[in-house]
Amino acid sequence: MDPDQSEDSHSNSANSHGPTQPPSPFPDEVLEKVLSFIDSRKDRGSVSLVRKDWYNAERWTRSKLFIGNCYSVSPEIVARRFPRIKSVTLKGKPRFSDFNMLPRDWGANVHSWLVMFAKVYPFLEELRLKRMTVTDESLELLAKSFPGFKALTLSSCDGFSENGLKAIASHCRNLTELDIQDSVTDDVGGGWLSCFPENFASLEVLNFSSLNCEVSFDDLERLVSRCKSLRVLKVNDSITLDQLRRLLVHAPRLMELGTGSFMQELTPRQYEDIESAFSNCKNLQVLSGLWEATSLYLPVLYGACASLTFLNLSDVALQSSEFARLLVHCPNLRRLWVIDTVEDKGLEAVGSSCPLLEELRVFPSDPYDRHHRDGVTELGFLAVSRGCRKLRYVLYFCRRMTNAAVITIVQNCPDFTHFRLCIMIPGQPDYLTNEPMDEAFAAVVKTCTKLKRLSVSGLLTDLTFEYIGKYAKNLETLSVAFAGSSDWGMQCVLEGCPKLRKLEIRDCPFGNAALLSGREKYEMMRSLWMSSCNVTMKGCRLLAKEMPRLNVEVIKDEGSDDGQADRVYVYRSVAGPRRDAPPFVLTL
Amino acid sequence: MEGMMMAHETDLNLKATELRLGLPGTDECEEMLSAAKNNKRASPETVEECGSKGGSAAKSSHDEHETAAPAPKAQIVGWPPVRSYRKKNLQTKKTESESGIYVKVSMDGAPYLRKIDLKVYNGYPELLKALETMFKLTIGEYSEREGYKGSEYAPAYEDKDGDLMLVGDVPWDMFMSSCKRLRIMKGSEARGLGGAQ
Repeated sequence: MDPDQSEDSHSNSANSHGPTQPPSPFPDEVLEKVLSFIDSRKDRGSVSLVRKDWYNAERWTRSKLFIGNCYSVSPEIVARRFPRIKSVTLKGKPRFSDFNMLPRDWGANVHSWLVMFAKVYPFLEELRLKRMTVTDESLELLAKSFPGFKALTLSSCDGFSENGLKAIASHCRNLTELDIQDSVTDDVGGGWLSCFPENFASLEVLNFSSLNCEVSFDDLERLVSRCKSLRVLKVNDSITLDQLRRLLVHAPRLMELGTGSFMQELTPRQYEDIESAFSNCKNLQVLSGLWEATSLYLPVLYGACASLTFLNLSDVALQSSEFARLLVHCPNLRRLWVIDTVEDKGLEAVGSSCPLLEELRVFPSDPYDRHHRDGVTELGFLAVSRGCRKLRYVLYFCRRMTNAAVITIVQNCPDFTHFRLCIMIPGQPDYLTNEPMDEAFAAVVKTCTKLKRLSVSGLLTDLTFEYIGKYAKNLETLSVAFAGSSDWGMQCVLEGCPKLRKLEIRDCPFGNAALLSGREKYEMMRSLWMSSCNVTMKGCRLLAKEMPRLNVEVIKDEGSDDGQADRVYVYRSVAGPRRDAPPFVLTL
Repeated sequence: MEGMMMAHETDLNLKATELRLGLPGTDECEEMLSAAKNNKRASPETVEECGSKGGSAAKSSHDEHETAAPAPKAQIVGWPPVRSYRKKNLQTKKTESESGIYVKVSMDGAPYLRKIDLKVYNGYPELLKALETMFKLTIGEYSEREGYKGSEYAPAYEDKDGDLMLVGDVPWDMFMSSCKRLRIMKGSEARGLGGAQ
């Protein structure tokens, strides 16, 4: 089974011919020409299953490769099947690695992939990596192996330093995109920016907002002024407001802007100049950054907000009043990310100012303080749901919630596709009735028929999982923490959700029976993560034995019981067990 | 237990909406009660304690209390699920957004000073009203031309440069960031600050 097909490959039952296939009614070239118009990878997956000549035509015409789990297939297998690839998307570590739940050096190193690509895909143009380890050596190899290379995205990656970026800047003559989102590195100096050659002007996307380095502003300014097609610019907090103004003067047609730091004392003249620079940005659709912006200088932005569709305030802790004032200028918002310092009052303003809102993410300002009293509550969420009926994506961190509120919220907004509710205190019940939050999530899965992604939290019994299994027919990703009562809960989900692809569980009372009940299911899924549950080494070994096409990997915690399987990662693979597993990853 | 928690909740709400001039942290004791809500094994423990046990079998009963109040900053690994680069930003933000702007307030002739948190007020009217209440006096109406004409007292402040300024001349936000201390001056002395004379 080819993992990089669409996930339910058994869907195509028509036309599965036997060993002797009648000749095709049209020549290969025609078939290839027709198939070259098909972009969607799901469609391509289906096409490749029709018959052998379609499979071949498809593989010769595929130019974009998507590998959702880098260990599900090997570079060799990919190279054999697809000869003409120009764009690769590769994802590595399981999502929980974002929260420090995987040791460093776990793996997902891109190097062996690049070595293969350098051999087989000299015309590679795009590389999008997520949660992979990327060393300077790899970046140098990348920079020197693909003369037509255009676009590099490193999302939540690690392992590189300034030297790698210098290599990219120096050698990629045709670079249009350099996007280092959320990738954090320890030792990055800012000298890389100066490595772009003097005549280099092709950049359209530049994002180094998460890098912790001082860049040479002069070099940045020259670069921005040369690159007339620049449409996305996201700088880091080493860039001051006044410097930003100068950049904006060179690039008034920006569509996406990530500002630098707003912490600067401005003279009235400077204030006016910056205000006017922002007002000249008529095309701005996305705005982020705004580090340390306060009510004093936020107003300089107002003139740029009329066409904003995505406002990302997750790096600036605003208070409700200044936030509300800003929102008044952003009537076209579709996506909004904020920190919970805006409180329920701020969310009321969202409800009244943003009728077109489709996505809301509220991040906690102080996630580790259990006694923190501020932040948002069920009231804020309710207020948003009343005013923003088109809401389909929510990520909400709070310390209290009620079943009644969630029930009302999904009645107001039945179109949720992504519902991620994080009640930050583990096992927290409905704060008014003291009951479990089962009914809340029951309402979510019953009402939101298009639900694809769900994160549950709070005090939950197996009942929640019974509901999920019974009603969440389109669910693809489920995240569970500190919930459930017994194996039965997990079994309900595994038996019930036909489209489930990713299941991540931590600190739940699910054991071997639950783990094993999903054995066939895991081959239809991308992966399963279970940590701090009741699964044992024995159970994992049994699973590994019964399902040879699954990789079952265990990482033990220090000082834990011999029999305990502390962190379990199960995923389907045609590449067999990992050859690069570090010693602490036990492949069963 | 439920009754206690209900009362605790209402109590919290009142306190949260109360306009206080006192320093924060005076009702610390109430916050410790909220720890009692936790009824699963997953109280803030280090990874060593968490990892060696299996999942808890706790159900919907609330019998399992954490008897000891947990150390405020002890964390469960990876919980809440917030990414580390975000944490770095938020740590610095916290001190800025949550600390008040405290300034001393002196009144001519009064034996001791007071201190207020400017962040508590949404604008000049609220601030002046609070000063009037605090010092039991009347300040009167502000006008750009004549300052606080006709009132016994006038509010002034010392700005970042050390100059004595009349309260009300600059936008509120600018005042908040430049005010170093407040001084309530006797009307006769304040004449020199306000008005065209």
